[in-house]
Amino acid sequence: MSPTDKFKEAQDKLLHDHNHDGIDRRGFLKCMAWAGTGAFCVIRGGVLRSYSMSRLAEMDPKEMAGELSFAQISDSHMGFNKAANPDVAGTLKVAVDKINGLAVTPEFLLHTGDISHLSKPEEFDTVEQILKSAKPQDVFYVPGEHDVLNDDGKQFLDRYGKGSKGAGWYSFDKKGVHFIGLVNVMNLKAGGLGTLGHDQLEWLEDDVKHLKQSTPIVVFAHIPLWSVYPEWGWGTEDSAQALSYLKKFGSVTVLNGHIHQTMQKVEGNVTFHTAASTAFPQPQPGKADSPGPMKVPAEQLKSVLGITDVSFVRGKQALGVVDSTLE
Amino acid sequence: MRRSVSVAVLIAVAVLGVGAWSVGAKSPGPAGQQKADAPEVKIDNFSFGPSTLTVSVGTIVTWTNRDDIPHTVVSSDDPKVFKSKVLDTDEKFSFKFEKAGTYPYFCSIHPKMTAKVIVQ
Repeated sequence: MSPTDKFKEAQDKLLHDHNHDGIDRRGFLKCMAWAGTGAFCVIRGGVLRSYSMSRLAEMDPKEMAGELSFAQISDSHMGFNKAANPDVAGTLKVAVDKINGLAVTPEFLLHTGDISHLSKPEEFDTVEQILKSAKPQDVFYVPGEHDVLNDDGKQFLDRYGKGSKGAGWYSFDKKGVHFIGLVNVMNLKAGGLGTLGHDQLEWLEDDVKHLKQSTPIVVFAHIPLWSVYPEWGWGTEDSAQALSYLKKFGSVTVLNGHIHQTMQKVEGNVTFHTAASTAFPQPQPGKADSPGPMKVPAEQLKSVLGITDVSFVRGKQALGVVDSTLE
Repeated sequence: MRRSVSVAVLIAVAVLGVGAWSVGAKSPGPAGQQKADAPEVKIDNFSFGPSTLTVSVGTIVTWTNRDDIPHTVVSSDDPKVFKSKVLDTDEKFSFKFEKAGTYPYFCSIHPKMTAKVIVQ
């Protein structure tokens, strides 16, 4: 019996079957409420700790708190409506509810791109509308390749690029932590990976030059700044040069999206981390013919979507990164 | 390959000033369309198929996106010979090749997707 059939059997009533898959919107959201098990991870001092969602309630909120905390969301793909997730607005709302339910309210949100699916104005509008209900009101964006279709990113810059440089890169400081938003989805070359480009690299070198070595650095960009799986384009051509400018710092955390799954890696002073999508999961590197949307049974969907909550504890070596699924 | 969508009746939008068609409507074409006159490249599973297409001068090639994810069809040459708008699922793009040569192209959203058209 296929997952859809199983779901059909479990459903009491089908109101609208737009996708002809036996799942209507209400049923889909109801299904998600039955979501199964999931996990979240903490990296502290460069060490990954993994917790199952059921243990989240047992965790001491103090463990998640620090002088600064924020949440990362990614890959909302507003406008996507295929079988892998017919209700991306619904799952983004669940992510917001999850953020609002955290024991410690994050001070702001980072969105690491692919806000929209097709760069349509109404897709950006919907995301902005949904994020208005999040307790943290400040949202910092970087574009994904889906946000800069057809217009070389002009619309993205008009909406989110105030005060940014070039294609939308910028930095800001919060409580002693230096945040750097980078853009690596523009001017992609045939056969290539994500690209930062000469101008942005030059800006980055200059941006961090004056900072003390003890300043914690958080870099966020859409496409991973480490080689997750170049065969699928999951990496950035000139990320090594960018990271070379950050060598002097004791604590560097790199937050990315794009690959719709969580992954962590520690390399010297740098902790790399990718966030799950709030919309649909993608296969593990090389575990499918292509990186296309992964169709999972609706009752499991929320366990593979997520948000990332990051707490900064002064005096610790690295930021603690907590992945939480949407169940 | 014997899909009888005729690009001739579709709305023509010039891209880069030469014969490119952005295909928004699926109009039924006249019967008897020669297969060699309207070859099709299918975009499926993050790849162009066939990855090398050989056609004669003057041929109109049509790309159809059959993936759940949007793709583009963009010339790898500088300057670009052709460039589609973003193609969502089932959307098409057509281009008429007027000169002999090899035309590499890629998806500008997923640049690992590359292929070429050889015009003889």
